[in-house]
Amino acid sequence: MAAAITLDRIIAVQAAYVRCIDSGELESWPDFFTDDCLYKVTTAENHKLGFEAGIIYADTKNMLIDRIVSLRQANIYEKQTYRHILGLPTILANGGNEVECETPFFVARIMHDGQTDVFATGHYLDTCRHAGNDLKFARKIVVCDSSRIDTLMAIPL
Amino acid sequence: MDAKTNNGATHSNSAPPNSTPAMEWPAGMLTRIPFWVYQSPELYAQEQHRVYEGPIWNYLCLECEVAKPGDYRTTFLGSMPVVVARDYDNEIYAFENRCAHRGALIALDGGGHARDFTCVYHAWNYDLKGNLKGVAFEDGVAGKGGMGKTFCRADHGPRKLRIAIFCGLLFGSLSDDVPPIEEYLGDEIARRIARVLHKPLVVIGRFTQMLPNNWKLYFENVKDTYHASLLHTFFTTFKINRLSQRGGLVIDESGGHHASFAMIDPTVTGGDYAQAGLRSENEDLTLTDKSLVAFEDEFHDGCSLQILTVFPGLVVQQIQNALAVRQVLPKGQHSTALNWTYIGFADDTPELRRARLRQGNLAGPAGYVSMEDGAVGGFVQRGIAAAANERAVVEMGGGGTTNEGTRATEASVRGFWKAYRANMGI
Repeated sequence: MAAAITLDRIIAVQAAYVRCIDSGELESWPDFFTDDCLYKVTTAENHKLGFEAGIIYADTKNMLIDRIVSLRQANIYEKQTYRHILGLPTILANGGNEVECETPFFVARIMHDGQTDVFATGHYLDTCRHAGNDLKFARKIVVCDSSRIDTLMAIPL
Repeated sequence: MDAKTNNGATHSNSAPPNSTPAMEWPAGMLTRIPFWVYQSPELYAQEQHRVYEGPIWNYLCLECEVAKPGDYRTTFLGSMPVVVARDYDNEIYAFENRCAHRGALIALDGGGHARDFTCVYHAWNYDLKGNLKGVAFEDGVAGKGGMGKTFCRADHGPRKLRIAIFCGLLFGSLSDDVPPIEEYLGDEIARRIARVLHKPLVVIGRFTQMLPNNWKLYFENVKDTYHASLLHTFFTTFKINRLSQRGGLVIDESGGHHASFAMIDPTVTGGDYAQAGLRSENEDLTLTDKSLVAFEDEFHDGCSLQILTVFPGLVVQQIQNALAVRQVLPKGQHSTALNWTYIGFADDTPELRRARLRQGNLAGPAGYVSMEDGAVGGFVQRGIAAAANERAVVEMGGGGTTNEGTRATEASVRGFWKAYRANMGI
């Protein structure tokens, strides 16, 4: 039987997730998700109004893999990195094999010329699921506080 | 040389430092665009009066966003804040979002439901048509104060817009001279809007993308069929849009509106890009989840892509089954708000809705084939920082502004400048 999903384990997977993005190891990013995951970047307004569309919308892990392939090989954008700062997760529901939790984030975007801006703030609404010894995201809804995106969103949140 | 010495220098020889560039542009020239048009604060101020408040129709919002009596949305006519509301007579009204008293915003949020509006500053009250209905303490308090005897509420109020609705798109105009909307659009553009927006719409998402460039650079970009498959390599690789693919370009008589389109043609294998040695050719790139680009021909005409613009700031998008309207709003000479409204139809099947959500990845601020457009206007704006009197070259396909059988042309960009110069009187 798998170990219980504790706050410690949730914090660990969240920390590993943002470390993966911020260090630029985007090829490993899809591995944080289950094969049948839902990953969506939306805004507080859209979330509140129940609008389904996302700035990014992927309902399979393969779509996440494709996004990274596209970013690496097809899309054009200036070199940039993110720095995610996470707040502490709140467990909303613990079903044993799955946990729903909410984790606030703050993301700075650092451009190649040094310009640094607050790119996004918001919270992750996650469903974490046991996958062997790991926790994976069966669902990650990225709810940005603001409805404005500056310039473009290349790297995922 | 320090600034003080510089400022103190006499201007006996050529132009003084920091002088306004000579804003020259030979009449009728459409193949050369002087860069000051993207920089000048004077021109920016004139655009509000001559373009947005001129004899044109401004896209305001969707009719379905004010579906029920009492529903309202706030939007813009160029820089002018606007309230759009459906009154209890079931008619839609639009008026300047500016209190007749001191000029404060009447409605502060993006929209909602209201019986009337009350300005927060001094509680002046308006009905949903924008009529001033109440002035706090109009008769004074205990016989003292109050408005002057000659004050008449009916003489005061925010400016009211004329309204036109076409295929669920809501337009507003401050001009009495603007032609009816169908005439403004022209037959072909109207027909091409109607082929997409042919039944009741629902909003499935709303996002704002802030662009670091003048609004005209974005609007030109949307009209620019030449760049599409060169800058956006995702498209070409998956054969959604190649210049060699069957398609075309339609430009209305004014030049201000256009539609470019591509037809399904799975037999095309592109050699054009490989021969030219262009970056776009990358046959090795494959999608792991190919269902992303599985197109359902929901309009039953084989048209898999149609990008349509209406002067001066509306884009109607059909990229496969990803439908959206985009509102282009000026936010200063060097800043533009691009308001994306992702739409579906009220009677979408779950499968078709899912296809729209998935194909939504193609467009928007993170779109596979559109994210570059968020940045490229900024590349121009930064590139021309010291080039006010230099000129862009817009000569692909010659100098014309008429419909052509190819998308390897800048005819629709020239069309934009034709309409812009006509409206601006420059």
